[in-house]
Amino acid sequence: MKRRIPQLRISSVKWALSVGILLTTTLVTISPAFAALGEPASSVQADQVHMQGTLRTTQTQAYTIHEIRAATGTIVREYVSSSGRVFAVAWQGPWPPDMRQILGSYFEQYQQAAQAETISRGGRKPLRIEQPGFVVRAGGHLRSVAGHAYIPDMLPQGVNAEEIR
Amino acid sequence: MKPSITYSRFTHWNLFPTIAACAALWPVLGCGGSSSPHVNSNSVTTSGSNVQAITVNSGPTGNYTNGAFTSVTVCAPSTSTCQTIDGILVDTGSSGLRILSSALTIALSQQKSSDGNPVVECLPFVSGFTWGPVQSGDIQITGEKATAVPIQVISATDFPIPTSCSDRGASENTLNTLGANGILGVGNFAQDCGAACATTGASNPGLYYGCPSSGCVVIAESLAQQVQNPVALFPTDNNGVILELPAATTPQASISGSLVFGIGTQSNNGLNGATVYALNDLGNFTTSFNNQSYDQSFLDSGSTAVYFLTASTAGIPVCTDATFFYCPSSTQNLTATTQGSNGSSGQIKFSVANADNLFNSNLTAFVFADLAGPNTLAGFDWGLPFFYGRNVFTAIEGKSTPGGSGPYWAY
Repeated sequence: MKRRIPQLRISSVKWALSVGILLTTTLVTISPAFAALGEPASSVQADQVHMQGTLRTTQTQAYTIHEIRAATGTIVREYVSSSGRVFAVAWQGPWPPDMRQILGSYFEQYQQAAQAETISRGGRKPLRIEQPGFVVRAGGHLRSVAGHAYIPDMLPQGVNAEEIR
Repeated sequence: MKPSITYSRFTHWNLFPTIAACAALWPVLGCGGSSSPHVNSNSVTTSGSNVQAITVNSGPTGNYTNGAFTSVTVCAPSTSTCQTIDGILVDTGSSGLRILSSALTIALSQQKSSDGNPVVECLPFVSGFTWGPVQSGDIQITGEKATAVPIQVISATDFPIPTSCSDRGASENTLNTLGANGILGVGNFAQDCGAACATTGASNPGLYYGCPSSGCVVIAESLAQQVQNPVALFPTDNNGVILELPAATTPQASISGSLVFGIGTQSNNGLNGATVYALNDLGNFTTSFNNQSYDQSFLDSGSTAVYFLTASTAGIPVCTDATFFYCPSSTQNLTATTQGSNGSSGQIKFSVANADNLFNSNLTAFVFADLAGPNTLAGFDWGLPFFYGRNVFTAIEGKSTPGGSGPYWAY
């Protein structure tokens, strides 16, 4: 992978939602970086480089979203809690992301559960992993996929898993 | 479409006693003043040189639910060395023919990259991937023949799987993990990957590899070299397919239908007034349900059920045993609206039965029209139950048809 020299073009946009939550979005068109599920947000940098995309950061009261748009067109969003850890990741686009990269230490658990599903499922269907400490949903078809993974225990208070998209 | 009650919101599904009463009477009377039962009706074409028989049954694994299977004849290119393989899943959600190496007894022609290395593909599906060499073969299905078609021969052992492929998740390289002897992808795209895989650099999603003995490396693969939707390569009847299955009024062991090649190219494959739904670049259209729209919705004969929303957003619990499916206390009769990017729209009625009850009460059945389960919130995955009682047209990108250019669905 070729690493481009960062071009620091940063813009900041603020707007208020009707519900009164202030969001701050920062667009950074550099070779982006990223953090895997369960890891500190500082590791966000590694993924951004890996995916050679653009990074956008959005802040809500409950969490920060680091969004990377990869060169393949797939968007990955990492949800970081106030404690600084990635509690969820979501993806959508033409191709699935590098699952080992975005799931980090949860990848083996993901792979085993997904493999078990392929054997027991009795037909092709969306992926649904529901374990006490790890949840994954993924669906779509060739050239269009979407999914998310999260750690239930790390969801910030009041955050609904369905917000993770 | 028959008139029917549309339930606007099921936040508390058990608070609607009318639904239970309605469900009980549904097969006889219909509901909400409708004079007809909630079953689609169609006529299935069975004769013609462009008609291939398909069967929904338990498939080669013996436990497949709602899978449409057929047989395909493959030949070594330009020879009479041929093999007919059955148990091939008919999949409108992908493009290209893939056959398990273990089901293939004849030798096809290995594709080589420009630098002379064998080409091998890692194809990502939702939960995993298939891996195996790209080989060229002639494909014959009913009276249609395509020559020198790149197909994927699925095998975990012919070439070592690189980590960049295995990092995609679960492997689906065996009968038990794939669920079929092969997949016949007759979707809206002419190739499985398209322009992205023909590029070099970070925009290439990395499906195709050149595999010298030193190890496999991602390569750019031209459109013509990619695994092809074989329909697009037929000399005639090459602009799409119709999947025709009769209504499945009760759970049953199997039903028979037809895969018809061509749209408006013969006397037996006209649109006959079907509504055309144009698709976006990703091969999706929009489904509206309960005043929300889901723009990553799609038809997919390769999905075993109608997968939509989540348990909490649908207000329907998932099953205790068959946890991939919904288990309402009584059958839910629902209505959604599908919308194409060309502005067309139409109502779709569908039913969600209790899957645990369906399975436990019908141990030898593999055809279930009322099977549904949770998905992501991105869109509706209209699986095989959608196709029962409908003739569903899948038009291929860039091909002209009497209903306009593909890609589109029509029904």
